[in-house]
Amino acid sequence: MTRVVTSHSDVSDVSNADSGQAHPRPMAKNVARGRRRWRGWLLPLFLIALLEVVVRSGLVPSYLMPAPSELAVTLAELAEGALWQHIAASTGRVLAGFMCGAVLALLIGAIVGISRSVEAYIDPTFQALRAVPGLAWVPLLLIWLGIGESSKITLIAIGSFFPIYMNLVAGIRNVDRKLVEVGDMYHFSRLEKIRRIFVPAAQPYLFTGLRNGLSMAWLCVVAAELLAATQGIGYLLTDGREVSRPDLVLIAIVSLAVMGKLTDTLLKVVEERSLRWRDAFSAAN
Amino acid sequence: MTDVLSLDVHEKRFGDTLILDHVHVGIKPREVVALLGPSGCGKSTLLRIASGLDRDYVGQVRLLDHSRQQQGARRVAFIFQEPRLMPWLTVEENVSFSDGKRADTGRAHALLSEVGLAGWERALPKQLSGGMAQRVAIARGLYSQPDVLLLDEPFSAVDAFTRMRLQDLLLSIADSHSIAILLVTHDIDESLYLADRVLVMGSHPGTILHTINVPLPRPRERTDGRLSTLKVEALESLHGAHAF
Repeated sequence: MTRVVTSHSDVSDVSNADSGQAHPRPMAKNVARGRRRWRGWLLPLFLIALLEVVVRSGLVPSYLMPAPSELAVTLAELAEGALWQHIAASTGRVLAGFMCGAVLALLIGAIVGISRSVEAYIDPTFQALRAVPGLAWVPLLLIWLGIGESSKITLIAIGSFFPIYMNLVAGIRNVDRKLVEVGDMYHFSRLEKIRRIFVPAAQPYLFTGLRNGLSMAWLCVVAAELLAATQGIGYLLTDGREVSRPDLVLIAIVSLAVMGKLTDTLLKVVEERSLRWRDAFSAAN
Repeated sequence: MTDVLSLDVHEKRFGDTLILDHVHVGIKPREVVALLGPSGCGKSTLLRIASGLDRDYVGQVRLLDHSRQQQGARRVAFIFQEPRLMPWLTVEENVSFSDGKRADTGRAHALLSEVGLAGWERALPKQLSGGMAQRVAIARGLYSQPDVLLLDEPFSAVDAFTRMRLQDLLLSIADSHSIAILLVTHDIDESLYLADRVLVMGSHPGTILHTINVPLPRPRERTDGRLSTLKVEALESLHGAHAF
């Protein structure tokens, strides 16, 4: 059962001058949302059931593809300790790298977004660097920074920087000139305009960038850990391949999916709270 | 009486095109002046020059100089054709936008109830109708306690009934705050209903062709026969400007 919560819009009943044109919030929204969320579980559950049947019936040999029930056993073993260490190691790297990339992208993106002349100096270089696949940096980072944490975090920072930077610049360029003029009218300084008009107005783009940046961060952490690590989900992947245990590899993959989805959901919740003001289209059922 | 705002534009060009040619407008304290003219006659440009948004012209804008008690008070405020509210801020934050975090919430609330929006302080702009949003914009204009309110076709995007209500609201606010108004419009009835003086502008280049004094006391009746007589006068001078 989904819990049905209906709420009235807190202002729709304050009738006043010119009212009657304000839009009431649809009451069935929460019910529909609950139902949609439930639908998302159908596909993975069906795939797991199908896999179990296929492996048990012997259509696929179990040394290549362990049955989901066997995976559960491996998962239970790993969950006694090792798995959490790997997840924690990777998550820590992702967060550290993502933070560095995001802070740099915010600073540089805001400056490039606001100033055409800075853009003319910087942007072509950044566009060229953006074209370099993240993995190409790995050898260089290993030579420069060694196989420790700093090379991994740098790689993640580079990977997450570009989507955030690109989206923020695009967002600032899309800010309504008419709103900027309101700032001109009040003789706002450039910094004030950035802080009070450009950045809030660019928020929808910024969040798209942050979420893309976060998924890039997970991509990069695996790349970094595949090459040189003794801990982390990427290490679990290499380990599974070396000892020919597809169950380890699959659990690592599932962990990546779960962690990626979890961190993205967290960011999405923040996004929805911050962008509550937005008067955007929300798709019908 | 000294003019509270005096506009003296010798020349304003966009590239090679002459937009305004020797336009002089003086506004006395508490006076309501309407600039009436066809689209493209430069009336909005003139208003932007008055507000300081456009500084690329030959001429001078003078404001009555007297020391203001309130700090941060601005002598002119501009109300745009569209409300231009910040969609991420609540209604009250929009009203006190110029002050940001140092906002005088009490003043914002008082202004909101004055424009008939008490109870909507915490609503977001997306919850407002067009007329309500324009009321918020008026409250925002008043927040900085100006001497002159500049309005650029402020009621052109709302329906006829809302427009009439907003016109009356504007007059009562101008009266209670003792402010002068310079209003740009292409609506003859609106200009005659609101203004003490209607300046008819012609285009290519924009000049003031004709001044119509409206010596009627307020509140005026929209059906007043004397307004109809003045309307004929306005129409004739607009015809002279080849506005049709």
